[in-house]
Parts: sequence; structure tokens; C-alpha cells
Amino acid sequence: MESFSPKLHLPILIFGVAAPFVIPGVTIQIAVLWVMVLFALTWDILGGQMGYNSLGNILFFGSGMYISAVVQVSMFADVAEYTASSGAVDFKYTDAQYFWGLGLGVIAAGIGSAVLAAAIGWTMFGLRGPYFAIGTLGIALTAGELMGTWSWVGAGGGLAMPVFPGSADGKSMMFYFLCFFAAIATYLFCSWLYSTRFGLAINAIRDDEQKAEAMGIHTLRYKTIAWSAAAFFLGISGALFGNITGFVEPLEVAFPVATFGIFMVAMSLLGGKGTLWGPILGAILFHFLKEFTWTYFLGWQWVALGVLIIVNVVFFQQGIMGWLMDKFPERFGIVVDKKEAAE
Amino acid sequence: MTDTPVIELNGVSKSFGGVVANHSISLKVPGGGITGLIGPNGSGKTTLFNSIVGYHPIDEGSIRFKGQEISDYRVPQIARLGLLRTFQQTRIYSNMNCIDNMLISIPHRKLGFRDMFKNRGDKATMEEVDRLLDFVGLYEKRRLISGDLSFGQQKLLEFAMALMNRPEVLLLDEPTAGINPTLINGLIDRLRRANEELGITLFVIEHNMRVIMNMAQSIYCLAHGELLAHGTPDEIQNDQRVIDAYLGAH
Ligand SMILES: Nc1ncnc2c1ncn2[C@@H]1O[C@H](COP(=O)(O)OP(=O)(O)OP(=O)(O)O)[C@@H](O)[C@H]1O
Ligand SMILES: [Mg+2]
Repeated sequence: MESFSPKLHLPILIFGVAAPFVIPGVTIQIAVLWVMVLFALTWDILGGQMGYNSLGNILFFGSGMYISAVVQVSMFADVAEYTASSGAVDFKYTDAQYFWGLGLGVIAAGIGSAVLAAAIGWTMFGLRGPYFAIGTLGIALTAGELMGTWSWVGAGGGLAMPVFPGSADGKSMMFYFLCFFAAIATYLFCSWLYSTRFGLAINAIRDDEQKAEAMGIHTLRYKTIAWSAAAFFLGISGALFGNITGFVEPLEVAFPVATFGIFMVAMSLLGGKGTLWGPILGAILFHFLKEFTWTYFLGWQWVALGVLIIVNVVFFQQGIMGWLMDKFPERFGIVVDKKEAAE
Repeated sequence: MTDTPVIELNGVSKSFGGVVANHSISLKVPGGGITGLIGPNGSGKTTLFNSIVGYHPIDEGSIRFKGQEISDYRVPQIARLGLLRTFQQTRIYSNMNCIDNMLISIPHRKLGFRDMFKNRGDKATMEEVDRLLDFVGLYEKRRLISGDLSFGQQKLLEFAMALMNRPEVLLLDEPTAGINPTLINGLIDRLRRANEELGITLFVIEHNMRVIMNMAQSIYCLAHGELLAHGTPDEIQNDQRVIDAYLGAH
């Protein structure tokens, strides 16, 4: 339905490619911006397009992070020994072991998280509305706590990621572009998905799931695939983020339910949920505001973000794209078709 | 019209707590025809439809679709067999435009994994959408958000969506309720054409006696959850029990 697309492909592409060269001081902040775009886009697959508001999508970010950590470490060491030594032993690995580990780790993170989503979806999709939201939140919180007790992966103390074999700038540059590509891939995937029958089916589930069932739509199948797809990209983003941070820890880094977990939702709502571009615009605006308040209103940054979220949900529920759609319906193809003209 | 019933109910009962909504109902809906279901408010008509399409488990009895027992099937499974229903409280996908409502209403019977990711609609499907929207008089509104249509228009859209699904049997729950009286004749005509030209068996709940007496070949009447009478429109119209049930209910 969304035939309208802001002419932003090229500017965003140019900005994305040029940024680390033109403003190298903030490469990592902009890498995180792309992760935010990926967060908002993947949250919106369920939250906006399918009407299932998950508060626990951060689960797949964390699962991806742990999966890649384990895969990367196991390329050159026994995982249990590695975590038990907590950095005291200097494990040796070659460049090839590092890069193979990273590549395999990222892929495994995506696939593993997708499988996890399918497994959890089997039970969670029996829940509706607020019960689904709270159920998913509970799972993400539990996951953080459980990982904190599992010593094989370092328990609450976490585990250090293998160190990038090169300069710090080289590391930033590489992970910057990996994050950028991950966001582009997510965008292209969503853009394609929403143009297919699949997009219509999840919209139908959002508007009236009982009607969709009564019309014979395989609702559970669509819901499971949708969540797995979101989890796939989230898992990859977790793998990249863990490597950027260099240290994986359950509560603050892997399963930050109250920050990243909520940002996902806030960004989609700000930009306009249920649209392709809404989450992207929301993520960009949100991230810039966040960085701005962190820089200039340190101490008040959480208050500022809180106010933004409140203003958004109280006065501006439709978000940026929803507002545009109300203002310029014909730009979105919402028009009366005169019969004569069409024949 | 053939003699083998497409839907056959035997002793179907359904209670909600202490309320016996349906008590031991047995009936047959012959293939290819139009069968009516009437009865005062609260007599259990919608409950019976819900039981047939698997919306809730029944307490007792058997429900057969073309000879196959379906009383423990779930809603989407039954829909995919080709047994479809519309809702008394009209239900459409209200944030989507009419075209999209139609496109996702294609039959899901044989959709495999790869079909889920196909184009929204190929040329033939788009033509079908246009033709059916035109059939119900919604062609000009096809790009509007369906939730913004009037109640009657939404009802027509729901009917067009049902036709898009190419069901074998269509259960219609009060198709003319809320439709402008001047449009009712047009709607009757469309229901008849769906039955005759597309060969869809209709099973229709209707309060408008003129409508149902005109359309149906055979009518069942419920009262207080029990099957009260069955016959041709003439027989039903002159059945003293039916007259009493309606008078008693008002
Ligand atoms: N889900 C439910 N839970 C509890 N009671 C119900 C439920 N559905 C129906 N009933 C009860 O069953 C009885 C029959 O209701 P039903 O909706 O089948 O009547 P109806 O013949 O369709 O009436 P109307 O002509 O008003 O649509 C009513 O007493 C109703 O209150
Ligand atoms: Mg009813």
C-alpha cells in the first residue's frame, strides 16, 4: 500500500559511505545509528506490520551476541577454559582464525536466533495484546538472568571477545561498514517482504486475526516466519555489537531490556509504525536526539528522552509517517478511482 | 442442485455455562442450493454457524462437510476445505485498502511455502479483484482504506472477499442487516448470482422475511436453541409454531 517513498536512498547511502572518512571521530556512534535503524525495522515487522507488540526482541540481539562469542572463541580455544581464565591466560590465534570465527559467528548468530524465535513463537503466539508484550518482556529478562548464572559463557562476569588483529581505526572502519551493510540488508529485506503476499498476510493478522483465520490464512506459520526473520537480523546485529564492545556481559551489554529493548519500540512509534520508512526516520531522529542530549545535557539525558517518548505517545501517536499519510493521502495512493478513467 | 448434503449436522448441542444455545440440532444443507436459517434474537443461529466453522468445540453431536467429520477441526482448516463464513458484526481488514483486502482473500487451500512470498497479485488475480469489486459496486472506492467505508459498504466488501476465496459453501450471517432497503434487491440479486453462476452453496441467516422467503428453497427455524420447524418457504410461512415463536418473541 505504501507506494510513497521519500527520496532518501541516495542521501543516506552517500552519508553512510562518506561518514567514517569525513567525520572519523564519531564512526562508532554512527555505526550504532545503523544498529538502531536495524532495531526499529525489525521491531516493526511484528509491532507495526503484524500488530504483535514485543517488548522482548532484545532477546535475539543478546542470543546472537552470545552465539557469535562462543563460535569465535571456539575457533582457537576451549570455551570453558577460556571463560574460566577470564583473561589471565593469553590465548593465541591467527588472523585467519579470527576472521573465520567472525564470519561463522555472525552467520551462526543470525541462524541461531531465528531458530530460537521459532521455538519461542510456538508458545508465545498463543498470547494476545498486552499478554504477548509482557510475556516477551519476561522471556528477555529471564534470558539475561539465566546467562548470568551460566559459567560456561562466563556467567555474570561476562566474557571478553577475541581482539581484532589490527589497528583500532581499522577495527572501527570494518565494524562500521558491517553494521551499515546489516542495516541496508534489513531494509532491502523488509522492503521486499512488504511487497509480497506475506506483507498482506501479516497486515491482515494485525487488523483482525480472527477474520484471517476464518479466511483460511495459515496465521501461525506467518507469525513464526515473521518473528524468525526479525530475529535473524537482530542476531547478526548482536554479533557485530558484541565485537564492537569487545566484552559480552548479560545484563548491560547483551540483554539491555530497559534501554535498547525499549528504544526499538520508541523509535518505531516516533517514525510511524506499520510503515517501511517510519522506523528508519524514527531511528535517525531518536539517535541524533539521544547523542545530542548525551553531549549537551548530560545528567538530564534520560529525562529528555522520556519527555520525547511521552510527547510522542500522547500527542503524536501516528508518528512522522502516519502524520504525512493523514496530511497527503493521495501521495500514498489513497484515492477514489473513477471507473471511466480506468476502462 | 444435488441430493447429497454438503453440510450435515446430527444432534449438535452447545451450551455456554447455563445457557443452552443449541440443543440437539440436526439439519442438512443440500449442495448447490440456498438454505435459510431463521429464528428470533438469541435463538442460537450465530452459535450454530460458529459451531460449524470450528470457532468453538461443540458439546455433543456430529458435523459433516461432504461426508467428512469436521467437528474437531480448527477454524483455518475448515476454511481451507472451502467452507467459509461471514460475520454478523462485519469483519474486514480495516487498515488496508479494498484491493489489499481482496488480494489476501484468495483461497489458501493449496498455498505452499513459496507461495507466501509471491507477488501480491498477478494479472489474472488483479482482474478478478476488479471484477468482484465492480460486482458489489465498490470499484471506485477500491484504493480507499476499507475502515473508512460506510457500514453497508464494508458488508459488501466482506461479501466480495468471501467470493474471492472461491468457497464451496458460504455461511452468511444476516447479509442484509444494515444495508439500505433500496439496495437490498440488488444484494439479493448478487447472492442469487453467486449461487447460480459461481455454484456456491449458500446457508443464510436472515431476519428479513421477505428476503429469505424469496431466495431460499428450504428454511430451518430455531427457537430457544431448538430446531422448531423445517420446510419450504411456503410451509414455514404458514407454520403456526413459527408464527407463535416470532410473535412470542416480540
Ligand atoms: N460466547 C458466548 N458466551 C456466552 N453466551 C453466548 C455466547 N455466544 C452466544 N451466547 C448465548 O447463546 C444464545 C444464542 O446466541 P446467538 O448469538 O447464537 O443468537 P442468534 O440467534 O444469532 O441471535 P441474533 O438474531 O440476535 O443474532 C444467547 O442467549 C447468547 O447470549
Ligand atoms: Mg446472530
